[in-house]
Parts: sequence; C-alpha cells; structure tokens
Amino acid sequence: MDRRRSRLEPGRHLVRLAGPVALTLVVGLASSAFSDSVQLQLHTALVTTAMVVGLYVFSGNSGIVSFGHISFVGVGAFAAGIMSMPAPQKATVFPELFGFIRDHDLGNVTSLALGALLGGLFALVVGTALVRLSGLAAGIATFAVLGITRNVLRNWASVGPGAKAIPSIPQTTGRTQATIALLVCIGVAYAYQASPWGRRLRASRDDAAAARGIGIGVYKERLIAFALSGSVAGFTGAVYVHLLGSVSVDQVYLELTFLTLAMLVVGGIDSLWGAVVGGVFVSLLNSLLFEGEKGLSIVGIDVTLPASSSNIVIALVMGIVILVRPRGLTGGRELRLPGTRRQSARRAPVTPEG
Amino acid sequence: MKYVQYLIDAVALGSLYALVALGIGLIFGVMRIVNLAHGELLMAGGYTLYETDGWPAIVRVLTALAVVIVVALLMERLALRPLRHASPTTTLVMTFAVSFLLRSIAQKRWSAQGKSMNLFTDLNRAFTIGELRIKYLTIAAVVVGAVLLGAVTVFLDRTDLGLQMRAAASDVRIAQALGVRTNHVVVGAFVIAGILATAALVLFAPQRPVVTPDFGLQIAILALVGVVVGGMDKPSSATLGGFFIGFANSMVFSLLPKGQRVFLDSALYGLVIVVLLVRPSGLFQRENVTSRL
Repeated sequence: MDRRRSRLEPGRHLVRLAGPVALTLVVGLASSAFSDSVQLQLHTALVTTAMVVGLYVFSGNSGIVSFGHISFVGVGAFAAGIMSMPAPQKATVFPELFGFIRDHDLGNVTSLALGALLGGLFALVVGTALVRLSGLAAGIATFAVLGITRNVLRNWASVGPGAKAIPSIPQTTGRTQATIALLVCIGVAYAYQASPWGRRLRASRDDAAAARGIGIGVYKERLIAFALSGSVAGFTGAVYVHLLGSVSVDQVYLELTFLTLAMLVVGGIDSLWGAVVGGVFVSLLNSLLFEGEKGLSIVGIDVTLPASSSNIVIALVMGIVILVRPRGLTGGRELRLPGTRRQSARRAPVTPEG
Repeated sequence: MKYVQYLIDAVALGSLYALVALGIGLIFGVMRIVNLAHGELLMAGGYTLYETDGWPAIVRVLTALAVVIVVALLMERLALRPLRHASPTTTLVMTFAVSFLLRSIAQKRWSAQGKSMNLFTDLNRAFTIGELRIKYLTIAAVVVGAVLLGAVTVFLDRTDLGLQMRAAASDVRIAQALGVRTNHVVVGAFVIAGILATAALVLFAPQRPVVTPDFGLQIAILALVGVVVGGMDKPSSATLGGFFIGFANSMVFSLLPKGQRVFLDSALYGLVIVVLLVRPSGLFQRENVTSRL
C-alpha cells in the first residue's frame, strides 16, 4: 500500500460515503410517497441491505465468502424477538423458557443492542475456530454453522420458540428506524474498512502471502472482522424482527442466505458501495416482480407475471452477473467523483486464496 | 436380533448415500468444484417420475435418467464451464445459485406441496428370516449400490476415459500436456454423476415417495457431509464417507428415541467443522488444490 492511499484526506472519505448514504436516504424518504404495502417493501429493502452490509464487513474485506452469516442475523433476531415479547404473554405461550428469558422483557433500543451483542459474541466464538479456513473449506464450514444454528434454534425450547413463531413483537422498525439502522451499519462498515485493521485485512485479501510477509497477523485480522460482521448481522436481525412483528426459524435460513448473498454478488463483493447498490437493486427488483405478479402497468402496458417468479429471476440475475461481470455491478469499486480514477484502484481478477 | 435388523437397515441407507456421495466426489475430483446443486439432479428426476406416473416403470426410470443427465450437462455447460478459471469460491457461489434457481423453478411449477413419485412401491414389502424382517428394497439398494460402485471403479481403472479422469484428478496441467481432452473428461464426469444420482433416486423413491423442491437438497447436504468427512480428494474416500454418514444416520435413528436425536443434525455439522479444522490438508489443501480443469 502506498502512503498516498493509506492517508486519505477527509474529502475522499466523504465522497466514498456519499453514495451509500445518499442511496439510503433516497429509499428511506421515497417510501413516504407510496402505499402501505410498498412502504413495507422499501423498509424491508433497507433492513435487508443492512444485512448485506453486515456480510460485506467480513466477506468483502477478507475475500472469504461466508454462507453462515444468517446464523448471526438469526441469533440477533431471536434474541431481540423473544426479549421484546411481553413477559406475561411469554409465560403462557412458551412456559419452557429459562426463567431469565421468560420473566423479563426489554425495550426497543435495548433489544437492538442485545441483538448486536449476541450476534458479535456468537461470531467471535465461531470465528475463533473457523477463520483459519479459507476458500472452499470456509464456505462449507460456514454453511455447517448455519445448519447448527437452525437445528438448535428450532429444537431448544429453553431459549426460543422452537418450531413455533415468536408472536407479538412490537413493530418499532418503520421508516425512521430502518433508515437509521442502515446508516449505522454503513458507518460502522466504512469506519472499519478505513481503519488500520480493515486495511490490513484487505491487504491479506489481495495477497495473503505478501501480507504475512510484512507482518500482518491474518488470523487476528480476520477474527476481528468476523466478530464485527457478526455483531452488525445480529443488530440487523433485531431490526428485522421489529419490522416483521413475528419470526420463525425458517425466515432466517436458506432463503435469506441466498437473497443476501445474491445481493452482495450482484452489487460487487469488494466494496461497500457494491453491497449497498446490490441490496437496494435486488430489493427493488424483488418488489417490482412482486407487484408484477399482482398485475402492473408499465408505461401503459399491463404486465402480469406468473406468481412466485421472483426467486427464479433473482437466481438468474445472480448467475448472469457471476458469468458476465464477476466483480458485480459496481465493478468492486467505491464510488468516486468523475475524473478521479487512479490506477492503483484496480486489482487483478479474484485469485484463489490460500 | 434387533441390532442385526438395525445393521441391515443401516447398510441399505449407507449404500444410497454412497451413490450420491460418489457423484459429488467425482465432480470434485475432476473439476475441484463442490457442486451444491447435486441434490437438484435427484429432484429433477423425482418430478420426472411424478409426471410420468402411469407409464411402464422401466420407461419412467429411463426418462428420469435422460432428464437428470440433460440437467447435469446443462449445469456444466451454461454455469460451470465458463467459470473454469475462476476461484473455487466463485464456483461454490455459482452452484449455490444454480441450486436455488432449480428449486425455485420446481416450487413454481409444482408448488411446495409434495408430489407422489409412486415408483416400485412393491419393494417396500418384506420377507422374514427368523425374527429378521428384510425389505426387498434393502436387497435392491445393496445390490445396485455394489454393482454401480464396482462399475465406476472398473470404469476409472480400465477404460481410456476413466484413466484420463484419474489423470486429470491428480494433476490437470500434466494431464492436459499429455493430451487429455478436458471437455470430454468433464462431460463424462457429469454423465456418471447423473447416472449415480438417478440410481439413488430410484432407490429412495419407494421409501420417501414424496418429492418436494427440497427433496434433493436434504439428501445432498447429508451426502456432502459424508464426502467432507471421508475426504473429497479421492472418489473412494468420498464414497466411504457417504456410506458412513448414511449408516450412522440410520443407526442413530434406530437407537435413540426422538427426543434425543433432534440435535443429530448439529452433531453432523459439528463433525464437518471439526474434520475441516483438524485434517484440512487431507481434505481440501492438496498441493495442487486450485488447479482445476
């Protein structure tokens, strides 16, 4: 890394943050102009994009794709959900819960903090073992973590609802909270990637051997990113249940894993701008398809798409992006002002990591 | 005697998972790709059986075989061949997308409701030897499993294409330098994987007669666990791993009451993680692990 890159002047930080922040604000503010159902979709878009940012903090900076991040979203969602459910009702619906869970409930902000805390702790524990792995082994091991999380959440009635859904969660995530949540995640992700820790991890992503050679402790840097990423994911899970109002295990499993991964890949896994663009773009595509299934009038032409086609389209878009534009729509770069292209911004195409 | 019965059932299930695992292991051996969409081959065959209900059984099986091979070849040609020089992570993400695409299509076409495959249901009948109750299906599973595993071994050892596959699996660059045509080898591997998947499907169909979009995923995830635990590098170790996982799963189901086996999945996934951590060099990190076709 040359010195010029490592000491970005404040102006460039602002430019790089401007894109993600502006996009968030546009989606957040625009939602007030639409019907309730479209508003809900836009708020879901904000929260889902925040999950993608959480995934990006680890996968984008380390170059290791995690298939297990929805585990941390799930833990955050279930922790916030079960602790937000009113205690008297909890005692009758889920009598098997541990006493400290059953007899207490938390306010909105506290429950979000709890999600972030537990997501981060869980990721720290898991990461201690897993961040030694990379490439295929890491992909499969993180997938296994997702399987374990689901299995435990679904069957351990002392900590959660088991196979049932958690009902009666206060729906505090509206326009304001969804927008703020995404902005917070963007801020955390950017602060991390601009920090010495983030820069060291990105160096190890680009060339693991060289990074080790200049004394970077790859394991430690990965673990920091993994725990931070899990914490962001847990936070977004908590925000998510306050949007949904109820949650069951299958809502935080394979489909959400696929959706968030598709968003990150479509936008471009190497940059925060890519994570946000991918999240918003795929969400809007999803909403458009969803509306299209109900019948939609586009420039005077009535289009009715066959039902439940949105997953098919998203999977196709994801596959095509991998084939045609493997670095994603943004090309894996942060947003820049026109005319400020620097040669050093380009990397060689993704190389298999050690 | 009860335990002998359990053993027999476990061997039968182990043979089925061995077939699926060999398919996954063969693709990994030749291409260094973990194909997360392998289960969707079984799913495609399952829906073919549903759609052809009423035809003669042999025709249905052959139709399913044809559909599965076509899907396997399309997968290779459209999604994986263009990615031959991409990183293993990229191809893993791609096969995840393919898996999701195929399941979404199935969900749309046939809904999430299960559809009956209605194939060879007579195989569920059993005969008894003393206290032992042996299903015809058990015998079919063991025989078909043994024959196919033997046939693949002979193929890999004795035929030109098989030898080329083994050469490509051990060092693709040298194999290419010696004139191995990579596309032939890869297509051959996918055809064999398709045949093995269909065979497993036909043997699963009598005991799990309902096909859903997740039908193949559930089987393939477990087989993949076996492949990782056994060792992906060699088809033989992948097969053994698959057999072990099917066998162990069946034994645990027979021996433990329901309340105690709900965390079985966690134990299996935990095993995967431990193996990946403790024996990574034996599984993924061969010297030339990234050189694929």
